[in-house]
Amino acid sequence: MFRDAWLIVGKDLRIEMRSRVGLNQIVPFAVTVLVLFAFALDTDQEALRTYAPGLFWVTVLLAALLAIGRSFAVDLADGAADRLLLSGIDPIAVFGGKAVAIAVQLVVLEVLLGAGVVLLFDVTVHRYGLLVCAGLAAAAGVATAGTLYGALVAGLGVRETLLPVLLLPVVAPVLIGATRAFQDAFGVAGAEGWAWLGLLAGFAAIYGVFGALSYGALLEEA
Amino acid sequence: MTLLGRFPALAGVDLDITPGEIVLLKGPNGAGKTTLLRLCAGLCSLSTGQGWVLGHDLNSERRMVRRRVALLGHRTGLYDDLTVTENVAFWARAAGADSTDVYEALERLSLTGRLADTRVGRLSAGQRRRASIASLVVRRPELWLLDEPHAGLDQQSRDTVDTLVRGAATAGATVVLATHELERIAVLEPRVVSVVGGVVRADDPTDSQGPDASSDAEDDRRVS
Amino acid sequence: MTTAATESTGIGDGIPATTSSKATKVLGWLTLAGFAVLVALAFAWVPEDTRITEQGDVVGQFDAVRLMFVHVPSAILAYTGFGLTFLASLAYLRWRTDWWDMMAHASAEIGVLFGGLTLVTGSIWGRPTWQTWWEWGDVRLVTTLVMVLVFIGYLAVRRIPADVAVKARRSAVIALVGAVNIVIVNRSVDWWENRTLHQQSTLIARKIRDETLFTLSFSFAVGMVLFAWLLLHRFRTAYLQSQIEELEVNEALAERRAEAGISESPGGRP
Repeated sequence: MFRDAWLIVGKDLRIEMRSRVGLNQIVPFAVTVLVLFAFALDTDQEALRTYAPGLFWVTVLLAALLAIGRSFAVDLADGAADRLLLSGIDPIAVFGGKAVAIAVQLVVLEVLLGAGVVLLFDVTVHRYGLLVCAGLAAAAGVATAGTLYGALVAGLGVRETLLPVLLLPVVAPVLIGATRAFQDAFGVAGAEGWAWLGLLAGFAAIYGVFGALSYGALLEEA
Repeated sequence: MTLLGRFPALAGVDLDITPGEIVLLKGPNGAGKTTLLRLCAGLCSLSTGQGWVLGHDLNSERRMVRRRVALLGHRTGLYDDLTVTENVAFWARAAGADSTDVYEALERLSLTGRLADTRVGRLSAGQRRRASIASLVVRRPELWLLDEPHAGLDQQSRDTVDTLVRGAATAGATVVLATHELERIAVLEPRVVSVVGGVVRADDPTDSQGPDASSDAEDDRRVS
Repeated sequence: MTTAATESTGIGDGIPATTSSKATKVLGWLTLAGFAVLVALAFAWVPEDTRITEQGDVVGQFDAVRLMFVHVPSAILAYTGFGLTFLASLAYLRWRTDWWDMMAHASAEIGVLFGGLTLVTGSIWGRPTWQTWWEWGDVRLVTTLVMVLVFIGYLAVRRIPADVAVKARRSAVIALVGAVNIVIVNRSVDWWENRTLHQQSTLIARKIRDETLFTLSFSFAVGMVLFAWLLLHRFRTAYLQSQIEELEVNEALAERRAEAGISESPGGRP
């Protein structure tokens, strides 16, 4: 099963490396959103620094919607989704593989956006350990919930508009937790960052288990 | 075709296929041939009735059916951004086959040399279909389900399809195909089954020795 | 109780032409009468909410307390609706019958209706009482909002034209995930701002007047009858919808068979 999951991870990441949709479209989109936030907050450097954690995570979530949609679009484009069903690969491996591939892309996005926040919003990092752990845990949470909902809307025809409606309310706790943890890491508010990390990890674990268990039923007749 | 899930594609199926047989599905467009093939692959469910494919129940053991059949549909099942070799290797590894199977399959469908390292998105329709077939050959299926395998292909690719069907049949696999190229298939002396208006009837019923692929679907609420 | 075949008009093989029956008529009149009594009680009998503190200041919710008789039952009915959707979805995944699917759909719609009503009345009530339309630091407020949003998404999925079984299964999973999500949202918002404006223990602390308590209990009762009435009608509408679809499928099947030139189905459909 792990072999199959890695096969999916390798396939999805290789497609992304080849097509460069993430690098050429999703990252520029995310950076543009950051710039728009700066415009909206009217060059108030202090406000930007204070709200940087929240703005960062809102941007990540918006970009994640695109990455998740893309991950399912490549499977649906020319009937590969049916082939995956016919291949006999365990649905749990498909779920795990897709989630890991999305999480890897999100981590890359977070690193690039993080650099953008430091440069554009004049943020200084106080606690690197917390920053890295929270970034990883939040990516895992968004990826597991995103893979589950991506499969839920796959093949329903209006998936581009349906995914945000369904997924964003669900990942609200990730936004809350990751923002608090980053506030702590950036030293803009004395939130208990490590406690929030627990919430992020718990979220990822719950959606990981739920997704793995229900994925088989969802893939049927997609 | 927007009323998905409302109208049945198949209204009545009564079909027995013997192992090793070549079966030609004949009928007008929209008669339900595609749905019948997808049904046999275990991709859609029977709304009523019963069916067995390769000894597995279509209602309860579809996962067992799926890994033993190969379905060549209108879509290739390939990833445009991966090369031919990468695509075939991916599906080979997914089915538990190894790299020698991959090269053998590529050789068989004359997808060697530069073609093997070309991204699928840059291939012609015929080359894509051949790559798609190669990614099915590596699975060593016991039942081939071919949906219009000749459609939109050049001469070379059509010949390749014929060779494949012949090869599969000699190797003992069962082949069920839907095609308009009747004269191409006629030399293989297939058993002809007509599909009209979602009703499937064997024109030339033969004695079946143990059902291999049989389905008895009352209606299936999917549009072909 | 919830099968709609109580009144048959002979159209379409015993499919009723209406969603009403004797039981729902009784429930409907009960709701109407109950609501009239509730209005009378709330405006004429219950005094306005005031207390005099030890310092001699007059505090309380004043007339706004009367809104509680709509707000609190709405909230309870919303959660009842979503709870029922959760249970029905679980039951659907276990038994895979249309009955549970329709039940989940019907109760989710009623849940969203009352959830919206809860948020609106809560906002109106919060303005004079808390001096704000909305308070982000309040756990119940934010949780209810997210819950309503999740189930609006759920209803959006239900409205997509897709295979009935596929849609039912996916909706059921969305409802289950949504319910689990409510707990996570509730916990995280609680930790987020560890304070709440809601009077946590109005009922338990016995700060409430007897008249108010009675009227509140009465409003729960009226709400429950209304809920039952709505659920029955909504469920029957869903049932009739499925019957129409069934008829259309049968018609299409007959057309298919006519196309193939056979008059009778080989297997025999009911």
